[in-house]
Amino acid sequence: MCSWHPNTLGCSSMIDLRAALLIQRWYRQYVARLEMRRRCTWNIFQSIEYAGEQDQIKVRSKCCTDNSLLYFCYKDIEVPASYSGPHLTIPMTFCGLSKLMEAFKHKQQLHARYVLQILGETWRLLRILPNINHVSVCHTKEITICGDLHGQLEDLLLIFYKNGLPSCEKPYIFNGDFVDRGKNSLEIMLILFGFLLVYPNDVHLNRGNHEDHIVNLRYGFTKEVLGKYRVHGKKILKLLQKIFSWLPLATVINHKVLVVHGGISDSTDLDLVARMDRHRVREAFNFSTISVFYRANLEKNASAQIVDLLWSDPMPQNGCIANEVRGGGCYWGPDVTEEVLGRHNLQLLIRSHECKQDGYEFCHDRRVLTIFSASNYYEVGSNRGAYIRMGPDLVPHFIQYQASSTCRELTLRQSVGWTERSALRALRQQLFVHKSDLIGAFQEFDPNNTGVISLRHWATATERVLKLGLPWRVLRPQLVSRAQHGMVNYQQWIRELSIPEPKPEVYTSILETMYKNHSNLETIFRIIDTDHSGLISFEEFRQTWKLLSSHLKMEISDKAIADLAQSMDFNKDGSIDINEFMEAFRLVDLSSHG
Amino acid sequence: MAEEKESEENISALHKKITDAFQLFDYDSNNTVNVREIGTIMYSLGCFPSQADIREFTAKVGEDFSGVVHLDKFLPAMTKVLLENRFPPIPRSKLLQAFKVLDKDQKGYLKPEELTKYMMEKAEPFTQEEMDEMLTAHTHQKDNVIHYEKLIDKLTADQNM
Repeated sequence: MCSWHPNTLGCSSMIDLRAALLIQRWYRQYVARLEMRRRCTWNIFQSIEYAGEQDQIKVRSKCCTDNSLLYFCYKDIEVPASYSGPHLTIPMTFCGLSKLMEAFKHKQQLHARYVLQILGETWRLLRILPNINHVSVCHTKEITICGDLHGQLEDLLLIFYKNGLPSCEKPYIFNGDFVDRGKNSLEIMLILFGFLLVYPNDVHLNRGNHEDHIVNLRYGFTKEVLGKYRVHGKKILKLLQKIFSWLPLATVINHKVLVVHGGISDSTDLDLVARMDRHRVREAFNFSTISVFYRANLEKNASAQIVDLLWSDPMPQNGCIANEVRGGGCYWGPDVTEEVLGRHNLQLLIRSHECKQDGYEFCHDRRVLTIFSASNYYEVGSNRGAYIRMGPDLVPHFIQYQASSTCRELTLRQSVGWTERSALRALRQQLFVHKSDLIGAFQEFDPNNTGVISLRHWATATERVLKLGLPWRVLRPQLVSRAQHGMVNYQQWIRELSIPEPKPEVYTSILETMYKNHSNLETIFRIIDTDHSGLISFEEFRQTWKLLSSHLKMEISDKAIADLAQSMDFNKDGSIDINEFMEAFRLVDLSSHG
Repeated sequence: MAEEKESEENISALHKKITDAFQLFDYDSNNTVNVREIGTIMYSLGCFPSQADIREFTAKVGEDFSGVVHLDKFLPAMTKVLLENRFPPIPRSKLLQAFKVLDKDQKGYLKPEELTKYMMEKAEPFTQEEMDEMLTAHTHQKDNVIHYEKLIDKLTADQNM
């Protein structure tokens, strides 16, 4: 037997070896577990995000569009002497743009008068642009292509810092989804429109699915504008609505590379797209059962072509099927890529629309390239952003980045932990809103009403109810903290997910349904609140509920609604404040793990 | 009878657990994963194989020349591994002993250079990336050494996945 004495050379180096091996094995296992958690977290975010988008489509189809014309003149808006932000002149100049970017970097706000001026000029310009822009690249002029930015100003500024500002020598394509989610959507729009105005031949903006006023109601852009511009916000939003509908749909580089926000379908016809009146399609959806109508209807009208271009996602299998996750557009396979690219004599499709870990990703035998420019999209440390540089050889080169300086210092473990906590919070909210269904499903495994079920059954039941396609067994330790001998007390677990104040029984199911649909409700509220005052009358509240309940196939008596409305009228003035109403559903997590 | 049913249920639970873990890395949703992820998947199921063990296992379940592993081959092989407990976890005490062996002067900590020497030169060496991650994550900010007992605590936390 070898002794442990360090001087016994031969033996000691064997021992060292064995010790090192042990540590290496252990450490690799630890890193692998972190990787698993990261992947799980990613899946959670994606499935909740897409499930949300699908919900959104269903709501929108029930609402009518607002066709009123507004007067967009800025001339009678005066800029007070006390205004400390930048002053702009029209026509827009590079100098003005620099002033604007400096101001935004210092968190200043542009006065409504100038906002409307820029938007007005942009609208005038966009109306004369074609549906599909054609650009050429040559040796002295490489082109830069950016994907989704989603209101993350830091990322745009980082791109400009790393790559240089747009100019005649430095053309750019921005591939849609400039707004929503991030908090500087308007600043990004103004900067991009500014560059468009100054370099109209070298800056190209493609419309994304978020350049759509109904999507904006839900995903934050509307709120951002109204919050920043209390007096003129409505006017600004209406003008933006028109501008979005006038944004070009795609860009083609050297007749060989197609750049579009979402993707294609088997019926994509770029000649048709080039000929249509694109501005007539203001919001994406006007029909009720998207998938059924869409696939059954063989005649591809303008609306359907645009929806395909802006909402579709690639899939690994051949074919072309309705995109049920998003609720619009399709999933298209490698065979469709080959066929459509072939038909149009193209060699590469560059699109965005989906967040990618490394900021970009190839698929379909490198014929489709996804580029995504919003780093840390789900949470700090979740993903890098990237942009493409392309010369006349049409070979894409990638530059990746991550905006926040703090996250560069985070180790793998910390960034996984941070992101994971955020995802788990979101997931617990989803579990809460389905609690009645969950209890029902659990009780099926508990015929003797013991109050406990096995963890195996817990996972099966949760999968059945939530349909999010998540690995519940893997996630279980993070969601169910108290499990003894492989059994869980499900009543207690559900309670721990709940809002603290107990509500009277009759309201519980209404409240739960409302909470389940609260982001839909908010969208509906904001549509009905036509003067954007933030208040709606009892009658409007009742009608909102009727609309939602027919959509949900739920029976609720008028009296119950009236009682609920009254209880929410906190200041008893006959109207309900939307913000207070939404506040009532903010979930308080009792057993959050630190 | 009851025992048979019990073990049937056990197997089916194991199958679900393995499939769930496998599918997390199935990016194309066609029940295949890249060969490089096999190690990660095995670790995440609570196994502690060495690199050599992983290579051997991968050779058995991987398709030749294609770089992918199909679930239909992975599932039975992995189930067997779990049932046999072929790569059991390393007890905390052994891990501590291992660190103490490397800590020649019995200081209670290791300097980054010492750890690097062992991790990158001996046994199944770390790549530069792995070494950087370990050092960044676990070197004490102020005194610039690795307190291995604290490290062991972190490594052995949340063991049940």
